[in-house]
This record gives sequence, structure tokens and C-alpha cells, in this order.
Amino acid sequence: MVDPVLASRLQFALTTIVHIVFPVMSMGLAPFLVYFTYREVRHGDPLAERLRRFWGRIFAVSFVVGTVTGIVLEFEFGTNFAAFSAFVGELFGGPLATEGMMAFMLEATFLGIFLFGRERVSDRLYFLSAFAVGLGSWLSAVWILVANSWMQTPRGFEVVTEGSRRVVHLTDPVAAYLNPRFPWMFLHMQTAAVETVALFVAGVAAYYVYKHHVRGVENPDVDFWEASLKVAIVALLVAAPLQIASGDAYARHVYETQPQKFAAMEAVWQTETHVPEYIVAFPTRLSHVLDPRATELFGIGIPGGASWLASGGDASAAITGLESFPGPHPPVALVFWSFRLMVGLGFWFLLLAFWAGVRWYRGDLYDDDLLHKALMGSSLLGLVAVETGWIVTEVGRQPWVVQGVMKTTEAVSPDLTGGEATLTLAGFALGYAALLALYAYVVLRIVRAGPPDRSALHASDGETAGEVAADD
Amino acid sequence: MTDLAAGPLFGLPLPELWFALLFALLGAFVLLDGFDFGIGALFALRRDPDEREQLLAAIGPFWDGNEVWLVVFGGALFAAFPTVYADLFSRHYLLLFAVLGALILRGLAPEFREQRDDDAWERWWGRAFVAGSVGAPFLLGWFVANWTLGLAGLTLPGVVVGLALVALTIADGVAFVRLKTTGDLGAHVRPYGEYALGAYLALVVATLAYVWAASPRAAANLATPVGVLCVLVTVAAGVGYVLALRAERDRAAFGAVVALVAALVGLVARLLYPALDPAAGTTVRDAIVSTLPLNLMSILAAVLLPLVVAYFAVLYSAFRGPIEAEEGY
Repeated sequence: MVDPVLASRLQFALTTIVHIVFPVMSMGLAPFLVYFTYREVRHGDPLAERLRRFWGRIFAVSFVVGTVTGIVLEFEFGTNFAAFSAFVGELFGGPLATEGMMAFMLEATFLGIFLFGRERVSDRLYFLSAFAVGLGSWLSAVWILVANSWMQTPRGFEVVTEGSRRVVHLTDPVAAYLNPRFPWMFLHMQTAAVETVALFVAGVAAYYVYKHHVRGVENPDVDFWEASLKVAIVALLVAAPLQIASGDAYARHVYETQPQKFAAMEAVWQTETHVPEYIVAFPTRLSHVLDPRATELFGIGIPGGASWLASGGDASAAITGLESFPGPHPPVALVFWSFRLMVGLGFWFLLLAFWAGVRWYRGDLYDDDLLHKALMGSSLLGLVAVETGWIVTEVGRQPWVVQGVMKTTEAVSPDLTGGEATLTLAGFALGYAALLALYAYVVLRIVRAGPPDRSALHASDGETAGEVAADD
Repeated sequence: MTDLAAGPLFGLPLPELWFALLFALLGAFVLLDGFDFGIGALFALRRDPDEREQLLAAIGPFWDGNEVWLVVFGGALFAAFPTVYADLFSRHYLLLFAVLGALILRGLAPEFREQRDDDAWERWWGRAFVAGSVGAPFLLGWFVANWTLGLAGLTLPGVVVGLALVALTIADGVAFVRLKTTGDLGAHVRPYGEYALGAYLALVVATLAYVWAASPRAAANLATPVGVLCVLVTVAAGVGYVLALRAERDRAAFGAVVALVAALVGLVARLLYPALDPAAGTTVRDAIVSTLPLNLMSILAAVLLPLVVAYFAVLYSAFRGPIEAEEGY
């Protein structure tokens, strides 16, 4: 039987790590689908309709799984973290309720029209539905990150005692909800979603392009895959540099406002100036993996690099070491290596984007088999970067659940028993493993089946095609 | 901002309004996702593959939006009464995870079922769909009964109210199927609606007898004008539902379901009030958040909920009339 505190933390970690995959897929696909739908209704472009239908199927599956795994998280604040919910509910419940009313409702209602209503509504309402679904998914992220950014850099509140309970009172909603952390988190998260989906689309498309052009397996749908690849490369060329720039600004904000997390990200134990940035860090002993310390690592370090990046240009800036903070530290190894993996992947994606852009410009995009293989191999790496990024954000904040205000160990429901918590943890471990396997299987089947038949298209239906042509 | 912290917006009785809103949200969920659940139960009772496709197609565009009413209910409880949200959800820990499990099965099943043309695959996802669709209202009814009467664990009123909610969702599903499908399916499901409604009325009577005998606090609330009115509306709408089905007046039958759901959530709210969490002895006024966030949430709800109603109007009018099997999953 696992201790209820540990079981609740593991369960929340597991359910969020699995859940984030699906909103990333749907938020990332949203701008692509809005664009395809626009091309379809404005220009009657049959290729755009096939793109919208095919990638829309993957969106639909991701959205459904995201819905059912998302409700779990909302309930877990009450079931497993009752002390947290009662303590910060006055400040934290509002954004969640607003997410439901403003974002989730918009997304879930117009999704019905987007998925099933092409023949029933006008082109204009159909496009508006696609836009509403995309807008809803992005507004969801706004409210979730408003709540999360408050947990990172809490402001606009006071702690009072009411009867036997200590509770947080909202005193300044502008300070609390327009948190300075929010814009960096939002920009970084949404760019991550687009970049992740661009990598996924590019990887899938590269497979079919490679089979057709390099291996010579004739594919009548190759135009569809070429178009998918090009759209993905455009998105990657925008997202990859933006992600590095926004990540840099975000990290600087962490340095200024969450020094303990920043020290864990860089594995700095003693406060120092001129801290080098290890672009590549090699663990030479097992202890370096489990207990990394920046000063002992063998790596390629830029002298003063970490200080310079953190402070925005001052190589002599001091980084406060972990030993300056009382009490337990965040699990440094997990934060340090996750951060390195995420940053490393971010630069790899930039290289990929540049490489693909150059090939396209030179006109040999379809012939570079090494590029195709690199894209195929990278198709799921965006998800890895998202997961490691969230590990840095959430594990790096430990031992706090609300930075400096409430410890995670104090947040768990006081009456929860080890038996109950272990039972649900085991249920989620099994159920979510099955869920991920099923999702992967279904997405793979959709990819294997390929784009929809040309004869099944809305635009091929005589009357509508005529209307569209007249419209142009 | 100082104004917003000074006192309740326009001097309104906001704690009571949020209490009422909470049960209105729960009612919207029971009514709208209720027909999805009921169609899940009918899916088990109809064996014909074409009829099954018709049933799935009828809920395809709607169920996701309908389920969000539960999310908004949870969010409103969290935002307006956070201590009750925390106490209630942690006290009914396993029951709520069972609700989540049922909702997961129900949500995934239709989407995954259509991915393969293969009998075994479709059979298993069909079973998952039925289990989730019947399990969700049963467990939710159990949760609401335990909450309202201040009980925990496996209880007699929990099971009885759970079954009552399953019966009500079947009656809801039958009325919806008759509005949204063509062919003989509507005639085939009609008897289920009549049986389900009879069972619902019997189970409501059993629950009220239990309340009268075993829960003095709730019994005193029942013997009030609002309590008696909700019971009378339940009986009248129940009879009206059966008469409307027999007269083939399907809109009237669905209207009777609306009245039944309104009477049900009205009754639950009346049995609770002024308590919100009887087991902890917490009242609506004890649990409400402080003035500033309450005013903010009231403004947001007043702006956003009419918009949500408009989204539903657009969705349901886009899919007005029957939905053919090939339009859906």
C-alpha cells in the first residue's frame, strides 16, 4: 500500500503527463485546420478539403481523448488535493470555472458542426465553426495557464484564518490573474503545440514522400503528402525560432522570480558568478546522472554563459545556489536533465526547420532521403520536449505546490486512505497505458489508411462545386 | 476594484443565486447528457446493426457539448463553494473515480468503435459504450443521494436513486430518439420509455419514503411548498410523458422530460437548503467565497452563460430534424 501523499502525487503526475499529449495535438492542429477550412470554403480547393478531412480525423480522436482525460484532472483537485482546493479555491476555482464556460463550451459545441455538419450548414457557418473550435482550444490554455502561472509566481492575495481553516483571499484580481509569468508560459506553450504538430505532420508526410520519390513506390496521393509536408515546414520555420526566443525570455523570468527552480535547472549548489552554460554535459559517473552538480560535470561550457543568459547579458551575474534555500530541494537530477533534453531538442528542431527550408528553396525537398529520415525520426520528439518542459515547470517548483505559500505535502486530502489512493493509482496506471496504446493504434490506422477518396468530397458534388466556382 | 469588494453586486443574494445556478447546471447536464446515456442503454436493447448506427448518429454531434455541463457544474462548485467542493469530492473518492471511469468509457467508445469494420472490435466497444452510458447516471445518482442525505459508501438510497436516474435517462433517450430518427426505430423504442418512466416514479416514491422515515432534516425540507410542488410536478409530468408517447406527440414527451429533470434537481436543492454539505454541517452561507471573487464570477457567468446557450442554439438548429445514420459516426 502506497502512502496517500505519494500515491496522489504520482497519480496527478501520471494523469497530467498522459493528458497533455491530447490538448497539444488538438491545439497544435487547430490553426492548420482553420487554414485548410478557409482554403476549402473560400477557393473550393479539393486538396484543402482532403487535408481538412484527414487531419480533422486525428483532431477528432485527440479531442475526445483530451475531453475524457481532462475531466479527471478537474475532479482530482477535489478528490486528491482537497487541502489545496479548500486553501486556494477562492483564487484557483474561478479560472477553472471560466475555462469551462468560455473555452470548453465553445470548442465542444462547434466541434459537433465541424465534424458532422459539413452538408448541413452554409460555408460561412462551417468556417466559423472551425474557427470557434480552434479559438476554444486556445482559450482553454489561457485559463489553465492563468491558474498555473499564479502557482508559480503568486500575487494579489492574502492568507487569513477562517474558523479552523487557513484560506487564501483574493485581494487584487489584476495582480493575481494578469500574472507576469502568464505571457511567457502562454507563448511558449502554444508555440510548443504548433511545433509539435508540425513535426508530427512533417514526419508522417515525409514517410510517404520518401516512399514515393526515393523508394519509387507509386502513390496516387503523393500530392496530398507533399502539401502536408510543405505546410508543416512553413509552421516549423515560424515556430522553431520563436520557441527558442520565448524559452530564453521565459527562463530569464524564472531566474528573476523562482531562483530555487532556476538553480535546479542549472544544478548550481553554491551561489556563484560567471556560471558557465553547459551546451553538452556528459555524466562520467553514475552519480552525475542521479546527482548532477554543475561544477563537477565534464562538458562543453560557455564561460559565464548561464549567468549571461539568465540576467540578459551580464556574464558576472550571480546565480543563487540551492544550498541558500532552506528545506528540501527539488529533485535536481530530474529537472536538470529534463531541461537539457528540452533545450537540446529545441535546437535540433531549429536545425531541421532550416535544413528543410534550404532543401525546399533549392528545389530538392523530395530527394533528400536523409532529411526524410530525420523528419520521420523526429515526428514524436515534439511531445518529448513538451513533457520534459512541463517536468521542469512542475517538478522544479517542488517542494512547493504554490511557490512559497503551500507545500505539496500539505495539499493532499487529509482523510484520504492509502488503500483508496493506491487503488485509483493502479487503475490509472493500467487504464492509461491501455488508453495510450489504443490512441497510438487508432492514429496509426488513420495514417495508414491515408487521405479520403476524391469521390467522397463535398466539393465534387456537382451543385456545390458550381457554387464555389461561381464564388471565385 | 474596491467597489467590487465592498458588497454583493446590486445587493443581490448571490450565495443563494449561485446555489440555484449550481443545480440549474446539474439539471442541464442531466437533461442533455441524459438522452446520450439513455441512448447508450437503448443501444443494448436494440440488436439490429442499422438501428444501432441510427442511435449513435443521433448523439454524434451533441454528446461532447452536453458532457461539458458537468465540467461547468464542477467548476462552479469549485469557484463559488471551494470548501464544499474539496470536502465532498474527497469524501466520495472512489465513487467519483467510478463516475470518471464510466464517462471515459462512454466518451471513447463511439469514436473508437467506428475506426474498424470488424465484428469483435465493434462488439467490445459497443459493450463499453453501454457500460459507460448506464454506469455514469447510476453512479452519479448514487453520489447525489449520498451528498443530499449526508451519507457515505454503499447505501440503500444511493442505489435506489442511481437506478432512478438510469430510468429517467432511458425515458429521456426514448423521447430524443423519436425526435431525431426516421423509420421504425421510434416505434420500437416506445415501450422502453413507458416502462422506464413507470420504474422512475416507483423509485422516486421509494426514495421519498426512505427520506420520510430515516432523515428528519430532509423530511422537514420535503414538507415545504417547494418540496411538495416538485413531487407533484414529477407525478404530473410522468403521466404526461406516457400520454404524449401514446399520442405520438414527441415534442410534448420531450417537454415532459424537461419538467421531470427540473423537478428532480429542484427537489434535491430543496432537500439540501440551507445546507450545502449536510455531512459536514456546512451551509450555503458558510461555504460561499468572499465578496470580491464572488462578484467577479457573477459578472463572468452573467456574460458567458447566455453565450453558451447561444452556442447550443446554433448547434441544435444546425442539426434540426432527424439525423440519418450516414451523417454520424
